[in-house]
Amino acid sequence: MTTAVDTQRNTALASASDRVAAKRHPWRLVFGIAATAVVIWGALGLWLNPALDHQTIYKYLTAGSILSGVRNTIVLAVISMVIGTVGGFLVAVMRLSSNPVLRAIGFGYVALIRSIPLLVLILFMGNLALFWSRLDIVNPFNPNEIWVSWSMNSLVTPFIASILALAINEAAYMGEVIRSGLRSVDQGQREAATALGLGATHSMFKVVLPQAMRVILPPAGSQFVTMIKMTSLVSVIAGGDLLTEAQNIAATNLRTLELLVIASAWYLLITGIATVGQSILEHRLERGQRKVSV
Amino acid sequence: MTRSALLEISAVNKFYANLHVLKGVSLEVPEGTVACLLGPSGSGKSTLLRCINHLESIDAGRITMSGQTLAYEERDGQMHERPRAKIDRQRQDIGMVFQHFNLFPHYTVLQNITLAPTLLKKSRKANVTAQAMELLDKVGLANKHNAYPSALSGGQQQRVAIARALAMHPKVMLFDEPTSALDPELVAEVLKVMKDLAQGGMTMIVVTHEMAFAREVADSVVVMDAGVIIESGTPGEVFDNPQHERTREFLRHVR
Repeated sequence: MTTAVDTQRNTALASASDRVAAKRHPWRLVFGIAATAVVIWGALGLWLNPALDHQTIYKYLTAGSILSGVRNTIVLAVISMVIGTVGGFLVAVMRLSSNPVLRAIGFGYVALIRSIPLLVLILFMGNLALFWSRLDIVNPFNPNEIWVSWSMNSLVTPFIASILALAINEAAYMGEVIRSGLRSVDQGQREAATALGLGATHSMFKVVLPQAMRVILPPAGSQFVTMIKMTSLVSVIAGGDLLTEAQNIAATNLRTLELLVIASAWYLLITGIATVGQSILEHRLERGQRKVSV
Repeated sequence: MTRSALLEISAVNKFYANLHVLKGVSLEVPEGTVACLLGPSGSGKSTLLRCINHLESIDAGRITMSGQTLAYEERDGQMHERPRAKIDRQRQDIGMVFQHFNLFPHYTVLQNITLAPTLLKKSRKANVTAQAMELLDKVGLANKHNAYPSALSGGQQQRVAIARALAMHPKVMLFDEPTSALDPELVAEVLKVMKDLAQGGMTMIVVTHEMAFAREVADSVVVMDAGVIIESGTPGEVFDNPQHERTREFLRHVR
């Protein structure tokens, strides 16, 4: 591949003595071949395994219930991520607040939620009806007068319970990600905004947060990819996600292995798309910072 | 100096924990004049400047601009901090230029200047842009309006920062060591802009180590040391006939 720069250099150096030869990189080839071989060997080993029934995979790969599981997994991940990010932003702002009570609340939330396994949180949310069978809004002056009453099971469906658990969990982790992003912005930026008379809100959303995004985005993308995979945990409360659907099919045809392969293939595709999206976003953010004109 | 004081600093005290950094500082800056604050590092001159627009809180004393106490108001014989929104409105009348420019790196030069006037609705968007271009022209950077700060030299960045502060039509401009972070050959272009501004009648308080600038442009020179003003007067008085031994020592070191 000869680029314009190469051509220019060749012309300029045409009569130079003691030209330095292009540096050789033999190890790139070696590692490339080795990695390719290992991947092909592993993939073939799986695919050609006699225990795997290919017909089952073809049959169920795009089955209606699997596709609906894929859709639910994406919807779960996106909604939980959005709520978790907004919640995480609030947690981060609390933790960076000058108000010691808010700081303590933010710190306590992160410490508490991070110490509860997500699976346990999901089981709690899925079984809220065991704590409170009904959710009542009563007259505060007369508890016997019930204004509105919902059955917990119809209010918090497995899907809603899944979102609650995933979002509550995500807010704690995103809180830390966003906090480190906000802290990475030079104090002088806040001071400049303040000195211009910009209030706290303008200063945050027009000056600090846009700059923090460069630090926030890579780990946030990573969080989202993790989130897509963590949605599989809601299969324990029949959250309607991809793994739930795959297991439902496996429970009837006993083809566990094949349906796990199908689920894995879909997870690979979804996270792959998310990763590409993240790269594009990061690239655009970088471009804004580096743009040179006039 | 018979003009009335635009800015009046009276008996300001400030502590950092147990460190008494401003020990009853008083200073009057009449409208349209330039006061240069000199002194060794740690003498409290930058802190004093930052107290004026409440980037730092104070523990006693008052700072008054156009008859209104800044950041605090008197109630029941004590000074109470004003609500943030009120302080922000007062800050709009006080422009500030920092040692490290602090331009917003994610906005173009023009956006840096129009951001605050647009958000705070000083006037219509088209007017704000036209005015920003005028200011850029004034600091000699009209052709750079679409550039990002990272593409500018330090001197150019500082001139944009001055234009950004001016866009809010401040009554007073504070300069916190505006040329200290610049390569020597870029200092002159920034001082030139500041001198033009002074000649245009802007009230300015300048913390600086540029003695030639202070001598030429300042109406009053104020020397601080260890949290107190040890000497003040016209440039001629302070530079040519310093009364205080510490002033003489400081001037010997910076020359």
